[in-house]
Amino acid sequence: MSSTTRPLIDARDVHGGYGGMNILNGVNMTLEADEVGVIVGPNGAGKSTMLKAVFGLLRVNQGEILLNGQPIQNLPPNQLVQRGMGFVPQEKNVFPSLSVQENLEMGAFLKPQNVKRMLAQVYEFFPPLYEKRRQPAGELSGGQRQMVAMGRALMAEPSLLLLDEPTAGLSPLYMNEIFDRVKQINAAGVGILMVEQNAKQALAIADKGFVLAAGQNRFNDTGAALLADPDVAKSFLGG
Amino acid sequence: MNELAFFINNVVIAGSVSGSIYAIGAIGVTLIFSIMRFAHFAHADMMTFGAFMVLLLTTLFPAAGASIGVPTAVLMLPLAMLLTAALAVGIDKTFYKPLRAHGVKPIVLVIGSLGVTLILQGLIRLFSGTGGQSLYVDDRKEIFRLALPFEGARAPIVITEPQIYLFVITLLAVVALHLFLNRSRLGKAMRAMSDNPELAQASGINTNTIVAVTWMIAGALAAIAGTLLSLDVTFKPDLSFFLLLPIFAAAIVGGVGHPYGAIAGGFVVGFAETLAVFNWNVLLRPFSDSLPAWLELPSNLAFVGTEYKIVVPFFILVAILVWRPTGLFKGKVI
Repeated sequence: MSSTTRPLIDARDVHGGYGGMNILNGVNMTLEADEVGVIVGPNGAGKSTMLKAVFGLLRVNQGEILLNGQPIQNLPPNQLVQRGMGFVPQEKNVFPSLSVQENLEMGAFLKPQNVKRMLAQVYEFFPPLYEKRRQPAGELSGGQRQMVAMGRALMAEPSLLLLDEPTAGLSPLYMNEIFDRVKQINAAGVGILMVEQNAKQALAIADKGFVLAAGQNRFNDTGAALLADPDVAKSFLGG
Repeated sequence: MNELAFFINNVVIAGSVSGSIYAIGAIGVTLIFSIMRFAHFAHADMMTFGAFMVLLLTTLFPAAGASIGVPTAVLMLPLAMLLTAALAVGIDKTFYKPLRAHGVKPIVLVIGSLGVTLILQGLIRLFSGTGGQSLYVDDRKEIFRLALPFEGARAPIVITEPQIYLFVITLLAVVALHLFLNRSRLGKAMRAMSDNPELAQASGINTNTIVAVTWMIAGALAAIAGTLLSLDVTFKPDLSFFLLLPIFAAAIVGGVGHPYGAIAGGFVVGFAETLAVFNWNVLLRPFSDSLPAWLELPSNLAFVGTEYKIVVPFFILVAILVWRPTGLFKGKVI
């Protein structure tokens, strides 16, 4: 099997949770290298938990997760970063006392030789960050922090970017901005797997949507098909 | 003018001496707290260990320093720093790492560090004996007397050679630490881990490396503080242990987890101590003619007696915890 036919991420029957209790009860997920995947579902469905399981932050008790065909379940996060994964947590996603630039530098911690080049790219991508590069990240607004957080993850030049509710708590203006940026990052060849509360908007940019409920897949389809599905709309998208 | 010299000797110099030692000790305590989130009570005995290593090396090669014109003990300091850094990493691997791996609460680590302090103190006592020993084995402690440039000034300012080394080395250590934390990749990663350990890990920072580097720095700084203290007075196995309270007071006054705060806190506590035990009668006596006749100056006009010096950092500690629990600089509330 040539590497081009392997999906970027292939999760099969993933069971996992915190301290013996499973929150995920057999989740399947496949994403190709150039796709945007969006995980939606009600509160407590295990959306963020699934993302954390992919990033090794939580124990996978059963099933497997393959990155480019290689099993990665239960590897520590720093090794996953080395293998091309980037993770942006929903909360506490910046280093508040470090300057914006230092935050970004930390993203390229494993590739110090790339810092200069990637800094230029990230600043080009998020111009407001360049103006605030010497300011402590803790002093920025929510939307700008989200940019710092995404910029930090991009500094490592990931092939897969995991975003946990990137628009949570943001004003509609910033929300659109973040969705636009996600599309652009994807257009540059980075696979995206994100959890979103703003399900309709997120599914609109999704190649694949995964509707989870009670730690299991309820619907898997393209983003457009899920949006058009009356069952999905009725149960999960608020009519 | 003799009063001025007396003031400089007993407050400015003495305060700077204790301040520098508290500051270097407190930086170590605060760095360990910011990375591992526990109060490391064995820090003072790591200081003693560093000084003891210097004593051993100096006893082995007493004449080594004379050839380049520095006290042998100062020459041996870098080596002792390395040894103490190794000890700190070893202690972490043996005692604290297994506890962390079990995910224990910080208080368990604190109690563990009390155990380590007893072990270290006992071991050092076993080999060094309980008496005081000078770190000046083969060379002489220089004492400089600087006359004040005023007429009628007879009393000189007295400063000793180890005190000058203390000031210079403290300054070097602080500048080096500042550059490390703000310019180097590892130093920034250390600050990042102190800010947000989960995100540091998610950025690919190997947190085990950062923990080891923290112990190395804390150990090296402890060796500096212990050695310079023992140079100034004499080496005793329990000398540094009695500095534990002022050092923790300094770290908390400055804001726990804040290295610059620890420096400021060290000097605040050091000067508060010397100002509190200073006999103010000396400064007021020249003005006794202009004071009302009914006011007779007592011969000893200090806030507390020298033997109660230890209450000063304790008082500052309580005051800070009541009125400004995050410290002068904004640190983490314990």
